[in-house]
Amino acid sequence: MSRSQEFLHGCRDILPLIVGAIPFGIIFGTLAIGAGLSSWQAMGMSALVFAGSAQFIAITLITGGVGAAVVLLTTFVVNLRHALYSASMQPFVRHLPSRWRVPLAFWLTDEAFAVIQHRYARDDASPYKHWFFLGAGLTMYLSWQLATLAGIAFGQAVPNVASWGLDFAMIATFIGIAVPMMRTRPQVASALVAAGVALLTWELPYKLGLIAAALAGIIVGVWLERRAERQLQAEAC
Amino acid sequence: MQIWLLILGMLVITFLTRYSFFAWPNLRFPRLVEQGLHYVPVAVLTAIVVPGMLMPAGEWAMNWHNAYLLAGVLSILIAALTRNLLATIAGGLLFFFLLRWAFGQLPL
Repeated sequence: MSRSQEFLHGCRDILPLIVGAIPFGIIFGTLAIGAGLSSWQAMGMSALVFAGSAQFIAITLITGGVGAAVVLLTTFVVNLRHALYSASMQPFVRHLPSRWRVPLAFWLTDEAFAVIQHRYARDDASPYKHWFFLGAGLTMYLSWQLATLAGIAFGQAVPNVASWGLDFAMIATFIGIAVPMMRTRPQVASALVAAGVALLTWELPYKLGLIAAALAGIIVGVWLERRAERQLQAEAC
Repeated sequence: MQIWLLILGMLVITFLTRYSFFAWPNLRFPRLVEQGLHYVPVAVLTAIVVPGMLMPAGEWAMNWHNAYLLAGVLSILIAALTRNLLATIAGGLLFFFLLRWAFGQLPL
């Protein structure tokens, strides 16, 4: 595929995730104004930070009168999972110059990671997969800004936007990406363990449970994969 | 003013976590880490999806009126049978909103 085709496919593939993110952007805009931020500050946070979960928690903490140091520490903990995404994507972007790597890292959200790793997992030899990354990241970014703006402007006029359940679009998309990847026994075990730990650690603050669940799933997957390798070697001897 | 400083601080922290591994393009991982990275998408996505289905409002909802759970199970079936992303999203969302409508859970 050409550069522009990859770019457009990136824009297209992230659309279902945008449907799920728009209500959150609108709610964020509404809450930010409620927390005493000016319109420019609310827009500034979406434009410069661009991390939904961290933005929500920051607004909640600001409303609660918590100090800046706690907000920053919380931002770090909530965003730890992005270091996992960064490690996961690194082999695919390491050939790019930093004028590519810097903006792509800035746009590496949960949503972008989900569709981009799906694209890189397809084993065609397209040299322009980073254009797909760019298209997905940029589309998500622009939508988040528009949703925040809509939240600032109309959020209070449409108080029921949260109760529609548009967040199911995100769940359906993640299912559509994850289930076809579960082709080996270690992958299935990894998913089951991650699900179990996520449910058990749900009460932990700052999405720490998500990090614990991901790590537990990864460890079990690697452990089973290595065990299967050792058994194969033992049989070969 | 303090809010702007806070926003700038959040910008720096968020960007650095995302850029962390991109910063050293020549960094190669040991095989153990390479193997582990293969499990990141499935583990992370499942850890987001399963609580989203079983406790959509932050508490357990194992019942027949939980559209997130029922439509989620159907989406898993569609994904397993077709391995098609668009079919999974379209089928799952359609069934989800039909259920929410039937249960009277839409603010209409």
